[in-house]
Amino acid sequence: MTKEEKAELRKAFADIPGTYVFTPEHSRKGYALNIFCMSLNKAENRAEFGKDESAYLDKFDLTAEQKEAVLKRQWLKMLELGGNIYYTFKIAIFDRKSMQHVGGKMSGITEDEFKEMMLSGGRSIIGNRSKKEYEV
Amino acid sequence: MAKIIAGIGCSHVPAVGAASDHGKTEDGYWTPLFAALPAARKWIKDLAPDVLILVYNDHASAFSLELIPTFAIGVAQWFENADEGYGRRQIPNVEGHPELAWHITESCILDGFDLTIANKMDVDHGCSVPLTVFFGEPAAWPVKVIPICVNVIQYPPPTARRCYDLGKAIRKAVEEYDGELKVAIAGTGGMSHQLQGERSGVINTEFDVNYLDNLRDNNDVNRDRSHLEYIREAGSEGIELVMWQIMRGAMNEKVVEKFRKYHVASSNTAFGVICFENAPEEKSAAEIKAMKEPVLVEYANALGITAHVNDLKKDTLEKVLSKLGYS
Ligand SMILES: [Fe+2]
Repeated sequence: MTKEEKAELRKAFADIPGTYVFTPEHSRKGYALNIFCMSLNKAENRAEFGKDESAYLDKFDLTAEQKEAVLKRQWLKMLELGGNIYYTFKIAIFDRKSMQHVGGKMSGITEDEFKEMMLSGGRSIIGNRSKKEYEV
Repeated sequence: MAKIIAGIGCSHVPAVGAASDHGKTEDGYWTPLFAALPAARKWIKDLAPDVLILVYNDHASAFSLELIPTFAIGVAQWFENADEGYGRRQIPNVEGHPELAWHITESCILDGFDLTIANKMDVDHGCSVPLTVFFGEPAAWPVKVIPICVNVIQYPPPTARRCYDLGKAIRKAVEEYDGELKVAIAGTGGMSHQLQGERSGVINTEFDVNYLDNLRDNNDVNRDRSHLEYIREAGSEGIELVMWQIMRGAMNEKVVEKFRKYHVASSNTAFGVICFENAPEEKSAAEIKAMKEPVLVEYANALGITAHVNDLKKDTLEKVLSKLGYS
Protein backbone atom coordinates (compact mmCIF):
# COMPACT_ATOMS: atom_id res chain seq x y z
CA MET A 1 0.00 0.00 0.00
CA THR A 2 1.38 3.43 -0.88
CA LYS A 3 1.75 6.29 1.59
CA GLU A 4 -1.13 8.09 -0.11
CA GLU A 5 -3.40 5.04 0.09
CA LYS A 6 -2.74 4.68 3.80
CA ALA A 7 -3.57 8.34 4.37
CA GLU A 8 -6.69 8.08 2.21
CA LEU A 9 -7.89 5.15 4.27
CA ARG A 10 -7.53 7.09 7.51
CA LYS A 11 -9.32 10.07 6.02
CA ALA A 12 -12.14 7.88 4.82
CA PHE A 13 -12.77 6.50 8.33
CA ALA A 14 -13.69 9.99 9.45
CA ASP A 15 -16.42 9.98 6.81
CA ILE A 16 -18.28 7.05 8.38
CA PRO A 17 -21.00 8.55 10.57
CA GLY A 18 -21.23 7.77 14.30
CA THR A 19 -18.17 5.54 14.24
CA TYR A 20 -14.95 5.87 16.24
CA VAL A 21 -12.30 3.75 14.54
CA PHE A 22 -9.74 2.81 17.17
CA THR A 23 -6.76 4.43 15.50
CA PRO A 24 -3.34 4.88 17.12
CA GLU A 25 -4.26 8.47 18.14
CA HIS A 26 -7.46 7.24 19.71
CA SER A 27 -5.62 4.46 21.48
CA ARG A 28 -2.98 6.80 22.93
CA LYS A 29 -5.62 9.22 24.13
CA GLY A 30 -7.66 6.52 25.83
CA TYR A 31 -4.91 4.30 27.17
CA ALA A 32 -5.41 4.97 30.91
CA LEU A 33 -9.19 4.92 30.56
CA ASN A 34 -9.14 1.57 28.82
CA ILE A 35 -6.64 0.09 31.26
CA PHE A 36 -8.95 1.10 34.12
CA CYS A 37 -11.83 -0.67 32.34
CA MET A 38 -9.69 -3.75 31.85
CA SER A 39 -9.03 -3.91 35.60
CA LEU A 40 -12.74 -4.66 36.12
CA ASN A 41 -12.13 -8.17 34.81
CA LYS A 42 -10.94 -9.02 38.32
CA ALA A 43 -13.58 -9.63 40.99
CA GLU A 44 -11.54 -7.93 43.72
CA ASN A 45 -11.21 -4.78 41.60
CA ARG A 46 -14.93 -4.77 40.86
CA ALA A 47 -15.53 -4.88 44.61
CA GLU A 48 -13.16 -2.00 45.24
CA PHE A 49 -14.65 0.09 42.42
CA GLY A 50 -18.10 -0.62 43.89
CA LYS A 51 -17.09 0.72 47.30
CA ASP A 52 -15.80 4.07 46.11
CA GLU A 53 -15.76 4.67 42.37
CA SER A 54 -13.99 7.99 42.55
CA ALA A 55 -11.20 6.76 44.83
CA TYR A 56 -10.67 3.69 42.68
CA LEU A 57 -10.47 5.79 39.52
CA ASP A 58 -7.78 7.93 41.13
CA LYS A 59 -5.45 4.94 41.00
CA PHE A 60 -5.40 5.34 37.22
CA ASP A 61 -4.02 8.18 35.22
CA LEU A 62 -7.32 9.42 33.76
CA THR A 63 -7.92 13.03 32.75
CA ALA A 64 -10.56 14.90 34.76
CA GLU A 65 -12.87 14.71 31.75
CA GLN A 66 -12.44 10.97 31.40
CA LYS A 67 -13.06 10.45 35.10
CA GLU A 68 -16.24 12.48 34.94
CA ALA A 69 -17.44 10.56 31.88
CA VAL A 70 -16.97 7.28 33.75
CA LEU A 71 -18.70 8.47 36.92
CA LYS A 72 -21.62 9.85 34.91
CA ARG A 73 -21.72 6.86 32.55
CA GLN A 74 -21.45 9.10 29.51
CA TRP A 75 -20.96 6.29 27.03
CA LEU A 76 -20.49 8.40 23.93
CA LYS A 77 -18.18 10.82 25.71
CA MET A 78 -15.99 7.92 26.79
CA LEU A 79 -15.56 6.93 23.14
CA GLU A 80 -14.75 10.51 22.20
CA LEU A 81 -12.11 10.57 24.91
CA GLY A 82 -10.34 7.50 23.58
CA GLY A 83 -12.38 4.73 25.10
CA ASN A 84 -12.91 1.55 23.13
CA ILE A 85 -16.32 -0.09 23.39
CA TYR A 86 -14.94 -3.52 24.33
CA TYR A 87 -13.22 -1.84 27.28
CA THR A 88 -15.89 0.66 28.30
CA PHE A 89 -18.50 -2.09 28.13
CA LYS A 90 -16.79 -3.61 31.20
CA ILE A 91 -18.38 -0.72 33.13
CA ALA A 92 -21.78 -1.69 31.74
CA ILE A 93 -21.16 -5.29 32.81
CA PHE A 94 -20.34 -3.94 36.27
CA ASP A 95 -23.65 -2.04 36.23
CA ARG A 96 -25.48 -5.14 34.95
CA LYS A 97 -26.53 -3.14 31.91
CA SER A 98 -27.00 -4.62 28.46
CA MET A 99 -25.38 -3.75 25.16
CA GLN A 100 -28.81 -2.48 24.08
CA HIS A 101 -28.89 -0.08 27.01
CA VAL A 102 -25.47 1.27 26.08
CA GLY A 103 -26.31 1.30 22.37
CA GLY A 104 -29.46 3.28 23.15
CA LYS A 105 -27.55 5.80 25.26
CA MET A 106 -25.03 6.30 22.48
CA SER A 107 -27.66 6.81 19.80
CA GLY A 108 -30.23 8.76 21.79
CA ILE A 109 -32.99 6.16 22.15
CA THR A 110 -34.23 4.01 25.02
CA GLU A 111 -33.12 0.44 25.63
CA ASP A 112 -36.55 -0.83 24.57
CA GLU A 113 -36.47 1.20 21.40
CA PHE A 114 -33.01 -0.14 20.67
CA LYS A 115 -34.16 -3.73 21.22
CA GLU A 116 -37.15 -3.10 18.98
CA MET A 117 -34.86 -1.73 16.27
CA MET A 118 -32.67 -4.85 16.45
CA LEU A 119 -35.68 -7.16 16.27
CA SER A 120 -36.85 -5.40 13.15
CA GLY A 121 -33.55 -5.98 11.36
CA GLY A 122 -31.18 -3.51 12.99
CA ARG A 123 -30.23 0.04 12.10
CA SER A 124 -30.39 0.36 8.35
CA ILE A 125 -27.12 0.74 6.51
CA ILE A 126 -28.94 2.94 4.02
CA GLY A 127 -28.15 6.52 4.90
CA ASN A 128 -25.47 5.40 7.35
CA ARG A 129 -22.53 4.65 5.09
CA SER A 130 -21.17 8.13 4.69
CA LYS A 131 -21.58 11.53 6.27
CA LYS A 132 -22.18 12.78 2.75
CA GLU A 133 -25.47 10.90 2.76
CA TYR A 134 -26.62 13.17 5.59
CA GLU A 135 -26.07 16.24 3.50
CA VAL A 136 -28.35 15.24 0.63
CA MET B 1 -0.38 -36.91 7.35
CA ALA B 2 -2.89 -34.62 8.99
CA LYS B 3 -5.64 -33.23 6.85
CA ILE B 4 -8.05 -30.31 6.92
CA ILE B 5 -11.46 -31.85 6.50
CA ALA B 6 -13.82 -29.01 7.33
CA GLY B 7 -14.11 -25.24 7.41
CA ILE B 8 -16.48 -23.24 9.56
CA GLY B 9 -17.50 -19.60 9.69
CA CYS B 10 -19.31 -18.72 12.90
CA SER B 11 -20.38 -15.62 14.81
CA HIS B 12 -19.32 -15.54 18.45
CA VAL B 13 -21.98 -13.34 20.01
CA PRO B 14 -21.54 -13.50 23.82
CA ALA B 15 -25.32 -13.47 24.38
CA VAL B 16 -25.54 -16.82 22.55
CA GLY B 17 -23.25 -18.35 25.17
CA ALA B 18 -25.25 -16.73 27.95
CA ALA B 19 -28.54 -18.02 26.48
CA SER B 20 -27.11 -21.53 26.50
CA ASP B 21 -25.66 -21.19 30.03
CA HIS B 22 -28.93 -19.88 31.45
CA GLY B 23 -31.28 -22.37 29.81
CA LYS B 24 -32.88 -19.83 27.49
CA THR B 25 -32.38 -21.64 24.19
CA GLU B 26 -36.10 -22.38 23.92
CA ASP B 27 -37.45 -19.04 24.96
CA GLY B 28 -38.98 -17.20 22.02
CA TYR B 29 -36.14 -14.80 21.34
CA TRP B 30 -33.53 -17.54 20.94
CA THR B 31 -35.66 -20.30 19.42
CA PRO B 32 -35.08 -19.46 15.73
CA LEU B 33 -31.34 -19.59 16.22
CA PHE B 34 -30.93 -22.64 18.45
CA ALA B 35 -33.61 -24.65 16.61
CA ALA B 36 -31.43 -24.49 13.49
CA LEU B 37 -28.30 -25.85 15.15
CA PRO B 38 -28.93 -29.63 15.41
CA ALA B 39 -28.04 -30.12 11.72
CA ALA B 40 -24.69 -28.33 12.19
CA ARG B 41 -24.01 -30.32 15.36
CA LYS B 42 -24.75 -33.59 13.57
CA TRP B 43 -22.48 -32.58 10.69
CA ILE B 44 -19.49 -31.95 12.96
CA LYS B 45 -20.24 -35.03 15.06
CA ASP B 46 -20.23 -37.25 11.96
CA LEU B 47 -16.97 -35.75 10.76
CA ALA B 48 -15.47 -36.20 14.23
CA PRO B 49 -12.40 -33.96 13.84
CA ASP B 50 -9.54 -34.65 16.26
CA VAL B 51 -8.49 -31.02 16.37
CA LEU B 52 -10.26 -27.73 15.74
CA ILE B 53 -8.12 -24.74 14.84
CA LEU B 54 -10.24 -21.92 16.19
CA VAL B 55 -9.52 -18.44 14.91
CA TYR B 56 -11.07 -15.75 17.09
CA ASN B 57 -10.30 -12.44 18.66
CA ASP B 58 -9.77 -11.56 22.28
CA HIS B 59 -12.05 -8.81 23.63
CA ALA B 60 -10.01 -7.22 26.40
CA SER B 61 -9.79 -10.53 28.26
CA ALA B 62 -6.39 -12.23 27.92
CA PHE B 63 -4.77 -9.30 26.16
CA SER B 64 -5.25 -5.63 26.84
CA LEU B 65 -3.76 -2.55 25.23
CA GLU B 66 -0.59 -3.45 27.14
CA LEU B 67 0.21 -6.11 24.57
CA ILE B 68 -1.49 -6.50 21.19
CA PRO B 69 -0.30 -9.46 19.14
CA THR B 70 -1.61 -9.39 15.58
CA PHE B 71 -1.68 -13.19 15.40
CA ALA B 72 -1.12 -15.31 18.54
CA ILE B 73 -1.23 -19.11 18.57
CA GLY B 74 -2.02 -21.03 21.74
CA VAL B 75 0.42 -23.90 22.24
CA ALA B 76 -0.65 -24.86 25.77
CA GLN B 77 -2.18 -28.13 26.95
CA TRP B 78 -5.09 -26.29 28.55
CA PHE B 79 -6.76 -22.91 28.18
CA GLU B 80 -8.99 -21.53 30.91
CA ASN B 81 -12.17 -19.59 30.26
CA ALA B 82 -11.64 -15.91 30.99
CA ASP B 83 -13.55 -13.78 33.45
CA GLU B 84 -14.91 -11.04 31.20
CA GLY B 85 -16.49 -9.17 34.08
CA TYR B 86 -19.40 -11.55 34.78
CA GLY B 87 -17.30 -14.26 36.43
CA ARG B 88 -16.09 -17.23 34.38
CA ARG B 89 -18.60 -19.16 32.25
CA GLN B 90 -19.34 -22.53 33.87
CA ILE B 91 -18.28 -24.55 30.86
CA PRO B 92 -15.39 -26.97 30.30
CA ASN B 93 -11.90 -25.58 29.91
CA VAL B 94 -10.41 -25.94 26.46
CA GLU B 95 -7.86 -28.66 25.84
CA GLY B 96 -5.15 -27.81 23.35
CA HIS B 97 -2.98 -29.89 21.04
CA PRO B 98 0.54 -28.64 21.85
CA GLU B 99 2.29 -30.94 19.40
CA LEU B 100 0.33 -29.81 16.35
CA ALA B 101 0.25 -26.21 17.60
CA TRP B 102 4.03 -26.08 17.89
CA HIS B 103 4.37 -27.74 14.50
CA ILE B 104 2.10 -25.08 12.93
CA THR B 105 4.07 -22.35 14.71
CA GLU B 106 7.40 -23.62 13.40
CA SER B 107 6.12 -24.16 9.90
CA CYS B 108 4.30 -20.82 9.62
CA ILE B 109 7.22 -18.79 10.95
CA LEU B 110 9.66 -20.48 8.57
CA ASP B 111 7.18 -19.79 5.76
CA GLY B 112 6.99 -16.09 6.62
CA PHE B 113 4.17 -15.73 9.19
CA ASP B 114 5.68 -14.53 12.44
CA LEU B 115 3.10 -15.80 14.93
CA THR B 116 3.24 -14.80 18.58
CA ILE B 117 3.51 -17.91 20.78
CA ALA B 118 1.18 -18.12 23.78
CA ASN B 119 1.85 -20.69 26.49
CA LYS B 120 -0.73 -19.16 28.76
CA MET B 121 -3.82 -17.55 27.29
CA ASP B 122 -7.29 -17.44 28.82
CA VAL B 123 -9.92 -17.73 26.11
CA ASP B 124 -13.04 -15.57 26.06
CA HIS B 125 -16.42 -15.73 24.31
CA GLY B 126 -14.67 -15.42 20.95
CA CYS B 127 -13.42 -18.97 21.42
CA SER B 128 -16.04 -20.47 23.71
CA VAL B 129 -19.25 -19.38 21.96
CA PRO B 130 -18.46 -21.25 18.70
CA LEU B 131 -17.79 -24.34 20.85
CA THR B 132 -21.22 -23.91 22.42
CA VAL B 133 -22.79 -23.45 18.98
CA PHE B 134 -21.29 -26.69 17.64
CA PHE B 135 -21.15 -28.88 20.73
CA GLY B 136 -23.85 -27.66 23.13
CA GLU B 137 -23.23 -28.32 26.81
CA PRO B 138 -20.98 -31.38 27.16
CA ALA B 139 -19.00 -32.31 30.29
CA ALA B 140 -15.84 -31.94 28.19
CA TRP B 141 -15.39 -30.53 24.68
CA PRO B 142 -15.24 -33.45 22.22
CA VAL B 143 -12.35 -31.95 20.27
CA LYS B 144 -8.90 -30.54 21.00
CA VAL B 145 -8.63 -26.88 20.15
CA ILE B 146 -5.76 -24.78 18.85
CA PRO B 147 -6.80 -21.19 19.51
CA ILE B 148 -5.45 -18.57 17.14
CA CYS B 149 -6.12 -15.09 18.41
CA VAL B 150 -6.22 -12.16 15.98
CA ASN B 151 -6.16 -8.47 16.79
CA VAL B 152 -9.23 -6.84 15.27
CA ILE B 153 -9.78 -4.17 17.92
CA GLN B 154 -6.75 -1.92 17.58
CA TYR B 155 -6.41 -0.36 14.13
CA PRO B 156 -4.88 -1.63 11.97
CA PRO B 157 -5.94 -5.24 12.12
CA PRO B 158 -4.38 -7.58 9.56
CA THR B 159 -5.86 -7.25 6.08
CA ALA B 160 -8.31 -9.82 4.75
CA ARG B 161 -5.65 -10.77 2.20
CA ARG B 162 -3.05 -11.40 4.89
CA CYS B 163 -5.53 -13.51 6.83
CA TYR B 164 -6.33 -15.56 3.75
CA ASP B 165 -2.63 -16.17 3.12
CA LEU B 166 -2.11 -17.21 6.73
CA GLY B 167 -4.84 -19.78 6.18
CA LYS B 168 -2.87 -21.17 3.27
CA ALA B 169 0.28 -21.40 5.41
CA ILE B 170 -1.67 -23.17 8.17
CA ARG B 171 -3.01 -25.69 5.70
CA LYS B 172 0.48 -26.41 4.40
CA ALA B 173 1.69 -26.88 7.97
CA VAL B 174 -1.15 -29.26 8.81
CA GLU B 175 -0.46 -31.35 5.73
CA GLU B 176 3.23 -31.56 6.63
CA TYR B 177 2.44 -32.95 10.08
CA ASP B 178 3.50 -36.58 10.55
CA GLY B 179 0.49 -37.94 12.32
CA GLU B 180 -2.95 -39.07 11.32
CA LEU B 181 -5.20 -36.25 12.41
CA LYS B 182 -8.50 -34.94 11.11
CA VAL B 183 -8.45 -31.20 11.48
CA ALA B 184 -11.27 -28.67 11.21
CA ILE B 185 -10.72 -24.93 11.07
CA ALA B 186 -13.10 -22.19 12.13
CA GLY B 187 -12.99 -18.46 11.47
CA THR B 188 -15.24 -16.67 13.92
CA GLY B 189 -16.79 -13.28 14.68
CA GLY B 190 -19.06 -11.03 12.67
CA MET B 191 -21.28 -10.86 10.83
CA SER B 192 -22.33 -7.25 10.31
CA HIS B 193 -22.58 -5.39 13.61
CA GLN B 194 -21.51 -2.23 15.32
CA LEU B 195 -21.46 -1.88 19.08
CA GLN B 196 -20.15 1.65 19.36
CA GLY B 197 -21.23 5.19 18.64
CA GLU B 198 -24.32 6.81 17.20
CA ARG B 199 -24.30 4.19 14.43
CA SER B 200 -24.48 1.30 16.92
CA GLY B 201 -26.91 -1.42 15.90
CA VAL B 202 -26.17 -1.15 12.22
CA ILE B 203 -26.85 -4.38 10.28
CA ASN B 204 -26.25 -4.98 6.58
CA THR B 205 -27.99 -8.17 5.53
CA GLU B 206 -27.25 -7.70 1.85
CA PHE B 207 -23.54 -7.46 2.59
CA ASP B 208 -23.65 -10.51 4.86
CA VAL B 209 -25.49 -12.73 2.41
CA ASN B 210 -23.12 -11.70 -0.37
CA TYR B 211 -20.20 -12.41 1.95
CA LEU B 212 -21.51 -15.94 2.57
CA ASP B 213 -22.20 -16.63 -1.12
CA ASN B 214 -18.83 -15.25 -2.16
CA LEU B 215 -17.08 -17.16 0.58
CA ARG B 216 -18.28 -20.32 -1.11
CA ASP B 217 -18.00 -19.45 -4.79
CA ASN B 218 -16.09 -16.27 -5.38
CA ASN B 219 -14.01 -15.46 -2.36
CA ASP B 220 -11.61 -13.12 -4.16
CA VAL B 221 -14.23 -10.44 -3.58
CA ASN B 222 -14.07 -10.89 0.21
CA ARG B 223 -10.33 -11.37 0.28
CA ASP B 224 -9.58 -8.19 -1.65
CA ARG B 225 -11.86 -5.86 0.30
CA SER B 226 -10.20 -3.09 2.28
CA HIS B 227 -10.68 -2.35 5.96
CA LEU B 228 -12.68 0.68 4.93
CA GLU B 229 -15.23 -1.40 3.03
CA TYR B 230 -15.59 -3.88 5.89
CA ILE B 231 -16.08 -1.13 8.47
CA ARG B 232 -18.35 1.01 6.32
CA GLU B 233 -20.51 -1.86 5.10
CA ALA B 234 -20.43 -4.38 7.95
CA GLY B 235 -19.96 -2.02 10.91
CA SER B 236 -16.91 -1.22 13.00
CA GLU B 237 -17.09 -4.64 14.69
CA GLY B 238 -18.02 -6.38 11.43
CA ILE B 239 -14.30 -6.09 10.63
CA GLU B 240 -14.12 -9.40 12.52
CA LEU B 241 -15.11 -11.02 9.22
CA VAL B 242 -11.46 -10.83 8.14
CA MET B 243 -10.91 -13.77 10.49
CA TRP B 244 -13.16 -15.98 8.35
CA GLN B 245 -10.59 -15.50 5.61
CA ILE B 246 -8.05 -17.56 7.55
CA MET B 247 -10.46 -20.49 7.42
CA ARG B 248 -11.15 -19.91 3.73
CA GLY B 249 -7.45 -19.82 2.88
CA ALA B 250 -7.02 -23.21 4.52
CA MET B 251 -9.69 -24.83 2.32
CA ASN B 252 -9.64 -25.90 -1.32
CA GLU B 253 -10.49 -23.29 -3.89
CA LYS B 254 -13.70 -25.25 -4.50
CA VAL B 255 -15.78 -26.07 -1.46
CA VAL B 256 -19.19 -27.59 -0.83
CA GLU B 257 -21.59 -25.86 1.53
CA LYS B 258 -23.03 -28.26 4.10
CA PHE B 259 -24.90 -25.92 6.42
CA ARG B 260 -25.88 -22.30 6.71
CA LYS B 261 -27.87 -20.26 9.17
CA TYR B 262 -28.24 -16.51 9.08
CA HIS B 263 -30.32 -14.77 11.71
CA VAL B 264 -30.98 -11.16 12.63
CA ALA B 265 -30.64 -10.23 15.34
CA SER B 266 -28.95 -11.91 18.23
CA SER B 267 -28.14 -9.16 20.68
CA ASN B 268 -26.71 -6.37 18.46
CA THR B 269 -25.38 -8.71 15.83
CA ALA B 270 -26.28 -10.46 12.61
CA PHE B 271 -25.55 -14.08 13.48
CA GLY B 272 -24.14 -16.31 10.76
CA VAL B 273 -22.87 -19.88 10.64
CA ILE B 274 -21.62 -21.65 7.54
CA CYS B 275 -20.02 -25.09 7.16
CA PHE B 276 -17.85 -26.23 4.29
CA GLU B 277 -16.10 -29.35 3.15
CA ASN B 278 -13.53 -29.42 0.40
CA ALA B 279 -15.09 -30.27 -2.96
CA PRO B 280 -13.97 -33.62 -4.35
CA GLU B 281 -11.51 -33.78 -7.19
CA GLU B 282 -13.14 -32.85 -10.48
CA LYS B 283 -13.69 -35.78 -12.84
CA SER B 284 -14.29 -35.63 -16.55
CA ALA B 285 -17.76 -36.28 -17.94
CA ALA B 286 -16.57 -39.61 -19.32
CA GLU B 287 -15.18 -40.68 -15.95
CA ILE B 288 -18.43 -39.77 -14.25
CA LYS B 289 -20.53 -41.66 -16.77
CA ALA B 290 -18.36 -44.71 -16.22
CA MET B 291 -18.90 -44.68 -12.44
CA LYS B 292 -20.72 -47.59 -10.82
CA GLU B 293 -23.87 -46.46 -9.02
CA PRO B 294 -22.62 -46.54 -5.36
CA VAL B 295 -19.48 -44.62 -6.36
CA LEU B 296 -21.58 -42.11 -8.26
CA VAL B 297 -23.90 -41.61 -5.29
CA GLU B 298 -20.94 -41.05 -2.99
CA TYR B 299 -19.43 -38.60 -5.45
CA ALA B 300 -22.74 -36.75 -5.79
CA ASN B 301 -23.04 -36.42 -2.03
CA ALA B 302 -19.49 -35.11 -1.77
CA LEU B 303 -20.47 -32.44 -4.27
CA GLY B 304 -23.31 -31.40 -2.01
CA ILE B 305 -26.07 -33.11 -3.99
CA THR B 306 -28.41 -35.20 -1.87
CA ALA B 307 -28.42 -38.56 -3.63
CA HIS B 308 -29.29 -42.11 -2.64
CA VAL B 309 -28.79 -45.49 -4.33
CA ASN B 310 -32.57 -45.86 -4.44
CA ASP B 311 -32.85 -42.82 -6.71
CA LEU B 312 -32.87 -43.33 -10.46
CA LYS B 313 -29.26 -43.49 -11.58
CA LYS B 314 -30.11 -41.29 -14.54
CA ASP B 315 -31.29 -38.49 -12.23
CA THR B 316 -28.19 -38.59 -10.08
CA LEU B 317 -25.96 -38.60 -13.14
CA GLU B 318 -27.77 -35.62 -14.60
CA LYS B 319 -27.43 -33.66 -11.37
CA VAL B 320 -23.71 -34.40 -11.13
CA LEU B 321 -23.03 -33.47 -14.74
CA SER B 322 -24.96 -30.24 -14.45
CA LYS B 323 -23.32 -29.34 -11.14
CA LEU B 324 -19.92 -29.62 -12.82
CA GLY B 325 -21.11 -27.71 -15.83
CA TYR B 326 -21.04 -30.60 -18.32
CA SER B 327 -24.65 -30.21 -19.38
FE1 LIG C 1 -15.49 -10.68 18.54
